[in-house]
Amino acid sequence: MERLTFDLATQPLRELNTFLHNDAKDGKARHVTVLNPDGAHNIAVGLDCPVEVEIVGHAGYYAGGMNKSASVTITGSAGTGVAENMMSGKVHVKGFASNGAGASAHGGLLVIDGDAGLRCGISLKGGNIVVGGSVGSFSAFMAQAGRMVICGDAGDALGDSLYEAVLYVKGNVKSLGADAQYEPMTDEDIAAVASLLDQAGLDHDPKAFRRIASKRSLYHWNADANQEY
Amino acid sequence: METKPVQFKNLSREESYGYDRKTLDYIRNAAAHGLYEIRGMGAKRKLPNFDDLVFLGASMSRYPLEGYREKCLTKTVLGTRFAKKPIELDIPITIAGMSFGALSANVKESLGLAATEMGTSTTTGDGGMTPEERRSSKILVYQCLPSRYGFNPDDVRKADAIEVVIGQGAKPGGGGMLLGQKVNPRVAKMRTLPEGVDQRSACRHPDWTGPDDLAIKIQELREITDWEKPIYVKVGATRTFNDVKLAVHAGADVVVVDGMQGGTAATQTCFIEHIGIPTLAAVRQAVNALEDLDMKGKVQLIVSGGIRTGADVAKALAMGADAVAIGQGVLVALGCNGETYFQNGTHHDAIADYNALGTAPGFCHHCHTGKCPVGVTTQDATLEQRLTPAVGAKHLKNYLKTLNMELTTIARACGKQNVHHLEPEDLAALTIEAAAMAGIPLAGTNWIPGKGF
Repeated sequence: MERLTFDLATQPLRELNTFLHNDAKDGKARHVTVLNPDGAHNIAVGLDCPVEVEIVGHAGYYAGGMNKSASVTITGSAGTGVAENMMSGKVHVKGFASNGAGASAHGGLLVIDGDAGLRCGISLKGGNIVVGGSVGSFSAFMAQAGRMVICGDAGDALGDSLYEAVLYVKGNVKSLGADAQYEPMTDEDIAAVASLLDQAGLDHDPKAFRRIASKRSLYHWNADANQEY
Repeated sequence: METKPVQFKNLSREESYGYDRKTLDYIRNAAAHGLYEIRGMGAKRKLPNFDDLVFLGASMSRYPLEGYREKCLTKTVLGTRFAKKPIELDIPITIAGMSFGALSANVKESLGLAATEMGTSTTTGDGGMTPEERRSSKILVYQCLPSRYGFNPDDVRKADAIEVVIGQGAKPGGGGMLLGQKVNPRVAKMRTLPEGVDQRSACRHPDWTGPDDLAIKIQELREITDWEKPIYVKVGATRTFNDVKLAVHAGADVVVVDGMQGGTAATQTCFIEHIGIPTLAAVRQAVNALEDLDMKGKVQLIVSGGIRTGADVAKALAMGADAVAIGQGVLVALGCNGETYFQNGTHHDAIADYNALGTAPGFCHHCHTGKCPVGVTTQDATLEQRLTPAVGAKHLKNYLKTLNMELTTIARACGKQNVHHLEPEDLAALTIEAAAMAGIPLAGTNWIPGKGF
């Protein structure tokens, strides 16, 4: 069966997730449409095969959580922790995303067409995030690896305690967090932003973005970094 | 000729209670460095503990079982509330979560080998699951920590249970710190960090903030594992009565309560000694919370933090725990704080290496330096060879066997055919503090402070 539809108004979530973990992995469906999500939590979590899932409507917490290989699209908005700890594949939110979007993602691509809430990309570990709108405060907190492209504005303390992740922002940044700094855009940065915008299907001039990365002054514990830890 | 003043030897050398030599050292150290001290292990100060309780063995009013011959069951089942596949252990003594990073790969393998032979579980730590520990452990509990270092869905699926760590007894409310000397290439890669950085672990989970969120997070872990695996929630002991209730509300199958004697690989000393409550008090509060919710026996309780002996295990069980978890005792069994290490068939003196750290066997808490003289808490290529998995596993197995023998012999003396039948009524307290904290009557009285006469 190529295509299959689950209606969460009549079918339990557990049935959908079990199908996606087992039958979809066995190739019994390449494309699954989820109707009437109605903000349910944990839709399409822990996927482990290249299935395409389209959630028609709004999703609750952790939609597409811990995704591996699959491609999950949410036509509405997503709750807290969308695509949290993603390993690979793609999660696309066509509306807005709440707090902790893409938290600790190790890989894959998270695209949010609208705005994202607080702590977007917190503890990022190698995944890529493209936000068409703005992000809330404390985004990319302690982000370790991967890239974030923010087409709108950023709130307070962007990139606080950054490790090796790199952030690109087009709009205004209310404030940078401890140990984050602006750095010049290199050709490599422009190419990376262009590629991520292209994968996200967003049309912006890559040269209009600013690069933010770690000062690395908190990498080694010392008395001169007064209360910055 | 000038007269010398009379010397009152004892008076002129009177040490101050508030400003004793330890405190003077602390102030001078702070003045010299401008940084708080970080160290390993748990609280060193004197605290009310399980030694302050004794068992009321059988006599005229109770009938004992024959110490060596009569059956005394130790089987322990954890995770019966929601999980399709609960954990079945042969003994109620488990290995506490300790990270690869804090411990060497050899040590993690030792833990797995010994636990498997004894029919109990081991637990991963901050830094993810290593193939060595998965291979060597029949039953492996996979921790989901705030840092999410190395956390991934494949290992979630490989685990036998998942433990969501809210905090630990050594540092409730605090994150961790793995100093750069322990962040070797393998540790760095597992944690997605540059080599050699002083790595800070977050104190809060990145994708949830309170008990209502945690309920959804637990549901996510259940959905990912198709409701097969037990979900534990681990809390450091502080407001234990409320925290255990909230963990149960959030959907935990098992609650792990870690008292302030619990160890750490590296934490601020001010946390270790000044944040959290003793295990003895925490067990009582945790059991009260489960009883209050009518969840005793439905949600299991694991207690950790300063469990050293079989008597400690028996007392924790009698107070209402279903199992215990041991960290520091396990490390000591592997050689921690020993004078020698065993390599190539012979014992080698390690005292010079302790001295180089400014310490001596019996006092060492230098886990954070990564220079463990006996090869336990290190990532150094030479030092880690001082403990091989086979030798470590043999000692740990012996330690666990001893604890289990002590546990069953105490249970038999109390007339119990099953260690889980031990009950508070089998205990008496030796101090007023212990009586109040544990809710156990002071020996020779019916008095529990706070409960009237």
